[in-house]
Amino acid sequence: MKALAFLATLATGIVLLYGTRDFAAWGDAASPASRHVSPVYIQQAVKQTHVPNIVTAILGDYRGYDTMFETVVIYCAGLAVICVLRRQKT
Amino acid sequence: MKLLQERTRDRLAGEDLIVRTAVRLLVPFIQLFGLYVIVHGHYSPGGGFQGGVILGSSFILLALAFDLRTSLRFLSVRVNAVLSNVGVLIYTGVALLCALAGGLFLDYSALDRILPLGPVAWRSMGIFLVELGVGIAVMCIMASLFWDLGSGGEMDEGL
Repeated sequence: MKALAFLATLATGIVLLYGTRDFAAWGDAASPASRHVSPVYIQQAVKQTHVPNIVTAILGDYRGYDTMFETVVIYCAGLAVICVLRRQKT
Repeated sequence: MKLLQERTRDRLAGEDLIVRTAVRLLVPFIQLFGLYVIVHGHYSPGGGFQGGVILGSSFILLALAFDLRTSLRFLSVRVNAVLSNVGVLIYTGVALLCALAGGLFLDYSALDRILPLGPVAWRSMGIFLVELGVGIAVMCIMASLFWDLGSGGEMDEGL
C-alpha cells in the first residue's frame, strides 16, 4: 500500500513538473499575464478606485471574490476549532 | 538572593513582573498599530488580514503574559463570537448591498445609487468597509483559535 502511495505521488509529481515546462519564463514581459492583465491594473487602478496602493485595489476590488472566500475560509477554520475543542462551562 | 530564588521558584515563566509590565505597556500600542495597518491599507502595505492578525496577537499576548482569564476580561467569548460573525457579515453584506442597489455582486460603484458620493469614491469606500470587516473577523478568529488550542477548549487557565 505504501509503495502504491509512493508511486501515485511520484506520478503526480512528474505530471506537475512536466506541466511547468509550458510556463512562461520568470518575469517574462511577453507572457500573456504581463501583456494583458497587469498593464490594465497598473494604468487604471488608481484612476478607477482612488486607491494609491494597487495591491489593496486588486485584492479588495478586482479580486473581491477571492478575498471574500479567504475570509470565509478563516471563519470556517475558527468555527471548526470551536466545534471540535470547546467545552465551556456556562 | 536566596529569598529571590525562593520567591521565583514556583512561578511560571509568564508570571514575571517585567514581562507583565512590558506587556501591559505594549498592548495599547500594538492595538493602535493594528488599527493603523487596517485603516492605512489604502496607502501603504497592510489591510484587513494583517491588521486583524496584529489586533488578535495583542489578546494572545495578554493570555501568554497573564492568563487566559485576563485575556477574556478584555474580549469575552460572547463578544468574540458575535464580532467574528459581524466581520464576515460586513463583507458579504456590502457585497449583497451592491447587488441589491442594481449593480453586480461586489461592484462597489453601485452603492452610489444609495448615497451619491460618486462611483469612484464608492469603490475606494467599499474597499475600506470590506477591509474593516476582514480585520474584525480575523482579529476575533485568531484570538479564539489561540484560546481554544492553548487551553484545550476549557477556556480556563490556558498556557
